[in-house]
Order: sequence, then C-alpha cells, then structure tokens
Amino acid sequence: MSTTIVESWAVEIADLGPIYPFVGSEGLLVVLGVVAWIGWHIWQMRMERQEEEETLQKIREEKICDDIAE
Amino acid sequence: MGTQLDALTIIFTEFYYWLTVALMFLIHVGFCMYEVAVSRNKNVIHTLLKNTMLIPLVTITFYLFGWWIYFAFPNGPFIFNGLGLVDAPNAVPWSELMGTHLGGAPETAGVTADDNAFWARINGVFWAAFLLFSWTAASIVSGAVIERIRSSAFWIIAVMVGSVTWIIDASWGWHWDGWMVKLLGYHDAYASGVIHAIAGGAALAVLINLGPRIGKFAADGTPRDIPPRNPWLVTIGLFLIYTGFWGFYVACNVPIISAGDIGAEGVTFTATNIYLTPTTLSAITFNFLLSLSGGFLAGYMVSRGDAFWSFSGALAGVITASAGNDLYHPLQAFFIGGVGVVIAYKMHFWVERRFKVDDAVGAVAVHGYAGFAGLVISGFMLWGHPSSAFEGYAAITPWGQFAGAVIMFFVLGFAPAWVVSKALKNCGMLRVPREIEIAGLDFKETRQREEAERMIAEAEASEAAALSSGGSSSNQS
Repeated sequence: MSTTIVESWAVEIADLGPIYPFVGSEGLLVVLGVVAWIGWHIWQMRMERQEEEETLQKIREEKICDDIAE
Repeated sequence: MGTQLDALTIIFTEFYYWLTVALMFLIHVGFCMYEVAVSRNKNVIHTLLKNTMLIPLVTITFYLFGWWIYFAFPNGPFIFNGLGLVDAPNAVPWSELMGTHLGGAPETAGVTADDNAFWARINGVFWAAFLLFSWTAASIVSGAVIERIRSSAFWIIAVMVGSVTWIIDASWGWHWDGWMVKLLGYHDAYASGVIHAIAGGAALAVLINLGPRIGKFAADGTPRDIPPRNPWLVTIGLFLIYTGFWGFYVACNVPIISAGDIGAEGVTFTATNIYLTPTTLSAITFNFLLSLSGGFLAGYMVSRGDAFWSFSGALAGVITASAGNDLYHPLQAFFIGGVGVVIAYKMHFWVERRFKVDDAVGAVAVHGYAGFAGLVISGFMLWGHPSSAFEGYAAITPWGQFAGAVIMFFVLGFAPAWVVSKALKNCGMLRVPREIEIAGLDFKETRQREEAERMIAEAEASEAAALSSGGSSSNQS
C-alpha cells in the first residue's frame, strides 16, 4: 500500500509517470489553490482596512499631524 | 529520452535552468534592498513587505494560470484562427507534468512519449525561470510607487503584471512561434520590451492614478528631491541586480539544441535565444558587460557624477541593448547602452516636471523608456536579419520593432495598469490615507517597537537599581 504509484524502485524508472501522492486529486488541488489565493486577498484587504482605521484613530487621538505641523 | 545523448541533453538543460533561477533570485534581493534604501525611515517596513509579498502571490498565480497563458496565447487574439488558443497540456495546473514526474507513458490526450520525457524534466525549471521574470516585472512597478500605495492595491497590480500581462506579451513576442515574431519580425532577445518596457509602462500608469508623495512638488509645481535614506544600500541593491542579471541573460537562452532541430545543416549543437536562432554565451557575456559599461559612463556623464544615476545608468544601459544583445558587436552594445541612458535620464526629468509624476526610483525611465528606446534602436541595427530559424517569418525591421515597443509599453503595459489602478482609485483602495502617509506607513510598527524598547529599558533600569543598592539580582542565571 502506498499513497504514490511506486511500490518498489526495482522497476524501469523511465516508465514511471507522476510519483507525487494521491495522483488524480489535481483538479481538487487547483480549486483549493484558487480559493486560497482569492481568499487571502479578501482577508488581507479587510485586515488592512481595520488596521488603518485603528492607526488613524491613534494618530487623531495623539494629534500627530498637529505636532508635525508645528 | 530516445538515446543517452538525448537524456544527457535534457538533464543538462534542466540543471542549467535550475542554476539561472538561483542567480535570478538575487535580482529580487537587490530590488528589496534598493527600495528599502530609498524609503524614508518611517516607511521602511511597509516598503519591504510590499515588495516581498509579491513573491508568493505571483508564484501561486503563475502556477495556476500564468504558465498556461504562455503556451496558449502565441496566436494572439483574432490574428490567427479567431481566439486561436493553443493546447498546452504540459502547462495547465492540473497536468501531471506540473508535479514530480519521471517521464513515463503519457495519460493525457495529445501528449506524446517524447513530450513527457522532455517536460517531466524541464517543466518545473523552465516555469521557475519564467516565474523569476514575473517577479522582476512586478518588482519594477513596486519601486516606483513606494511610500503611499496601499499594499492590497499593489498586490492586485503585481498579480496582473506578473502573472497576466507580461506573460501574454511573452507569448506574443518572446516565443519562437509568437504572432509578433511571425508578422512583425519582433526581436527582443533579452527582454528590453517584454519585461522592461511593459513594466515601465505599467508603473507610469499606476503613478498617474496614484499621485506624487506629499511634499514632492512645491506649490508652483517645482519638483523637490527626496534623497535616498541609505546610499550604500542603494549601491549594494543595484549591484545585486547586476549579479542577478547574469542569471536573467542565460535564462533567456536555450542552452543546447541540435542544428537539425532548428532547421540548420550539419550535426553540431548550439545555444540559441528564445526564438531558436543561434547565439553563444560568449557573445552575450561580451555584450552584457559592454552595455553595462556604456550605461555606467553615460549615466555618470549625463547626471554630472550623481551616484544614483550612474548606478541606475548601468542597468539602463544593459536594458537598452538587451533586445539585440544576442547579435550586437560589443562596442555597438557599449554605445547603444550609453544612448539609452541619456534618453532615459532626459525623459525622467521631463515627465516629472511636465506631468508631475513622482517615480521614486526612476523605474519608468530605467526600465520603460530605456526598454522602449532599445527596441527602436534594434530595429535599425538589425534591419533585415531573420527573426526566426524557420521559414515564413518576417525579418526584423524598424517599423516592426517600433510597433512591438508600442504594444509592450502602451498596449500591454500602460493600458491595463491604468484601468485597474483607476478602478482601485475610484473604490478608494489605491492610496493610504494622507494622515498615515504623513505620520509614516510604519506608524504602528514604530509605536510597538518604541513600547517594547521602553519596557526593556525599564526592566534594565530596575535591575541596575537593584544591583547598585547591593540587593540581589532578579535574574540569577
């Protein structure tokens, strides 16, 4: 039993095809990859916006721009 | 792999491209150093993350669709056979050949045993060589827009440039069978246009929508200099980019191919450029160094000894000569490099004054204008030279190269980046709020560091007080 197509290396190597585990799952992996990529952008944009709001609040509370203007 | 010689040729090619990838990584290290060196202290972390995070984003997207675009699009839209997409069984992300594969019998329709034997060894390293070009294209834009762009906006633009637009142009004009090669005789051996002009055009479009950094221009429109924070780091960054360029140049070649495979006579082997026309590593070594030197000297001269423009001039010299550096005489490369730098330098300051464009690192000039000029110059220098090893392709001409330069800089560089950055601007997503820009994009990190340092200083003061009063230390270890 192996998650790859290789049960033994005592074979003609040039006859072997893909040797990563779970051959046949490529389509699912691509879907997961696309979801991970798009999902990361969405998460990052929300996180960035939230961080910016907190930073802006702090800048205004501490009157940073007023200090710089002086 | 039909014979032992075939097998050795493929394995040599695999190793060759693998080495180029490691060398090209230095381009990105150089870009990071350079950007950080130019950024003011209050923006350093933001600049660093903005640039480095394009690596994973462009990598995953180049795996998911960028590589497929290169093989699928050489016919161009509505030029040959309607949409004219070409089957690319080795490059779709669900292909078995996009993973660990030993070249055994194909299971995909349309794939031959020879295809499998070849792509099983070459796909990953060839993909990675192109990917490193993708990082470079996106990174060129990154430098221009520092100190005010939102990271999220930049990363969307980086994916567009790195995994979509540049690789479309590569498919059209940097592919042995691309429509621009066939119809225009387009020749761009070391990517004056397909990397540099497109990235420069994209950077210019984003800069127009982004606007200048606060304080860059006086009320009367006079530009102010914002000098690099760390000139030494600028120097090291640019020297690392030069070093990485060795990898870039050799990655643009096919290292070994039999004469028969490219329609030539005899049984010899040769290196070729991406168009499968013969050149040598020796030739491109001559020309790389001479064009670098021509650019260096011209950069020093035109800027009257400014260090930043001297070093950037060396890079612009290489970029200008790159389109024809597989063929030029070394002294031609030297003078072409010099001419390109003068054009880039003059254009940079004219555009800055005339249109109030704040390009923080001169990326549009060094990559965009120099790349554009290099393509036009190569059209005259290589007029009539065959663009391809095969019959039925247009020869190189000034008008073909000019059309190619316009396609690279404006059609695939400027236009898509202008549309996307304008959309981001209209959604309020392109630029950080002005208060944050004034306080510094690293405001939060700076505060956290100050707080951490304050706490450590208090702890040390407390410890020192305990020791000076003869008491026991709180830390006995």
